[in-house]
Amino acid sequence: MSIFVDESTTVVVQGVSPTSQGLYHGLRNRAYGTKVVAGTNPKRGGEEIEGMPIYATVAEAVAATGANASFISVPPPGAAAAIIEAAEAGVPFIVCITEGIPAQDEALVFNRLRREFPSTRLLGPNCPGIISPGKCNIGITSGDIALAGGPVGIVSRSGTLTYQALHELSQQGVGQTTCVGIGGDPVPGTSFIDCLRAFEDDPDTRAVMMIGEIGGSAEEEAAEFIGASMTKPVVSYIAGVTAPAGRKMGHAGAIISGSKGTAQTKMTALAAAGVTVAQNPTEAGEAMVDVVRKLG
Amino acid sequence: MDLFEYQGKQYFARFGIPTSKGGVADTVDEAVAVADEVGYPVVVKAQVKVGGRGKAGGVKLANDAGEVRTHAGSILGLDIKGHVVHRLWVEHASDISREYYASFTLDRAAKRHLGMLSAEGGVEIEEVAVSNPDAIAMRSIDPVDGLDLAAAREWVAAANLDEPAREQAAALLVDLYRCYVEGDCDLAEINPLILTPEGRVHALDAKVTLDDNATYRHPEWAEFAATEVEDEREARAKARGLNYIGLDGSVGIIANGAGLAMSTLDVVNQCGGAAANFLDIGGGANADVMAAALEVINSDPAVRAIFVNIFGGITRVDEVAKGVIEALGRVEISSPIVLRLDGTNAPAGREILASHLSDRLVAEPTMIDAARRAVAFAGGKS
Repeated sequence: MSIFVDESTTVVVQGVSPTSQGLYHGLRNRAYGTKVVAGTNPKRGGEEIEGMPIYATVAEAVAATGANASFISVPPPGAAAAIIEAAEAGVPFIVCITEGIPAQDEALVFNRLRREFPSTRLLGPNCPGIISPGKCNIGITSGDIALAGGPVGIVSRSGTLTYQALHELSQQGVGQTTCVGIGGDPVPGTSFIDCLRAFEDDPDTRAVMMIGEIGGSAEEEAAEFIGASMTKPVVSYIAGVTAPAGRKMGHAGAIISGSKGTAQTKMTALAAAGVTVAQNPTEAGEAMVDVVRKLG
Repeated sequence: MDLFEYQGKQYFARFGIPTSKGGVADTVDEAVAVADEVGYPVVVKAQVKVGGRGKAGGVKLANDAGEVRTHAGSILGLDIKGHVVHRLWVEHASDISREYYASFTLDRAAKRHLGMLSAEGGVEIEEVAVSNPDAIAMRSIDPVDGLDLAAAREWVAAANLDEPAREQAAALLVDLYRCYVEGDCDLAEINPLILTPEGRVHALDAKVTLDDNATYRHPEWAEFAATEVEDEREARAKARGLNYIGLDGSVGIIANGAGLAMSTLDVVNQCGGAAANFLDIGGGANADVMAAALEVINSDPAVRAIFVNIFGGITRVDEVAKGVIEALGRVEISSPIVLRLDGTNAPAGREILASHLSDRLVAEPTMIDAARRAVAFAGGKS
């Protein structure tokens, strides 16, 4: 099994034009085998681009195709409205990879979803998306580096470190159930805990790799959840041990504020919760291969 | 982007938050002119983006033009924790009855806004949080609801602000919240917020951090960006559109992706070295971006070795390898380069590189191996 997406997931890509990121990535996802059933563009309703039927709105696309997931890569000024449009159209799973959305917009959208659309899940923004190898890929992860068949679930705040983890496991013949990039922004729609809980409940996932980074307290909260509620082994890596305080390290959310949000406090909390904490991505891959071998 | 105090006060003014009458001065003469204009006594304040100005002698009271001259002369050029003072803010000195604290920031754990209000202002709020946490009235604010005057009135009472300050403080909090939200601040803080003997409430200081992601909808921020004092290397990188942060080590870093770049700094450190910079060239990693990145790193005299750490996802490693080679043909590099290229099509990429490798351009299969090699080149532990 997988979490959040599977072979029955059907995707509407928001903001499709012949030159848009949405089309580029949507076609890549379709080529991987994802059921990309529609695109939207308010000015191109009724057209077809690269075999993708285009509707003016998400609501029309959902009515016509039954799409149950949406993929958003529109630029920051339109991203918040695109998320709300998808939620209002009843889409239960929204993936937004857009980088650079103002934090105020993210905070407002998150709380509107929480209140008005409690059953809608937003993944991202500023994330690579989600891949369940062999079943569904929504986002920008390269399908080539993932391996189907489980037993590892991956959840990560960073894109390239996620690819690195996928690659290291795949090369050792260790497959993945689902790999979720929750994104590097201050207000992610889906949290570590959401993913950890789903992995804990997924019978095919037998171990979880969690990749965090400096900033905020999501890793500490995850550690508390793992200690209290997880039976499956977790291997973790946290980036940013040597990051200077007060600087945003590439991701809007990767910032040490005063003495808060350091890698060290996160690693200490995770270790105390029984998590295997690796010192670098390679070590994390090796540790996970070990864990999987011991599972038999 | 952090604002200087005077910029923060100008930003506050846009949202109707009262501050003291004052002006900016870059010279002693300008300081006297501002002081004459706003009326004595005045406070001469160093404009640096670092706390502890008062203790460092960067804030002085002046009763006449002669004292302004003395203080402005001593503060201009002062080094406060590595920040040299180039600009002063001179404002009419306020009589103070009481000092409060007010701020708004994002509570990332709750995913809501956090307002903090305290009747104990003028000191570090972190100290108050430890010594007397009950003195801080916190409000978790749902961004959908915002903060209205009724809630603000209830809040100033709960924080035990003095009776004569309450009504003005409540209105000010509503304005400060609007500044924080509509003004796209990561942080909007007033410490101290004062009550004067005449019963006036206003902001005596301003600490504002703007959300860089919102720059596109604030053309007025350009004037703030123009005064950003940057590391020279960072200025060069910014001019080339690179996501670069200058650090103190000797291993120049180029990586794709923020997480991988951060991780690269850590691995270099684990191998006994220190990174000269953080540099995320994003997903593309084409020849143009690579050439720009190499130029910026090469211009840093502290760099003794360069570590290029690329993981190919959608961008295939063979394309990255071609980009690296093309970039090296365009830029003369003074330090040895260690490449670690992995991911999609890595074998093809390594094959392309093979004929170009030398004792100044080496490839290593893993991050750790590459980091060790780069640290050895830089003269650190091997």
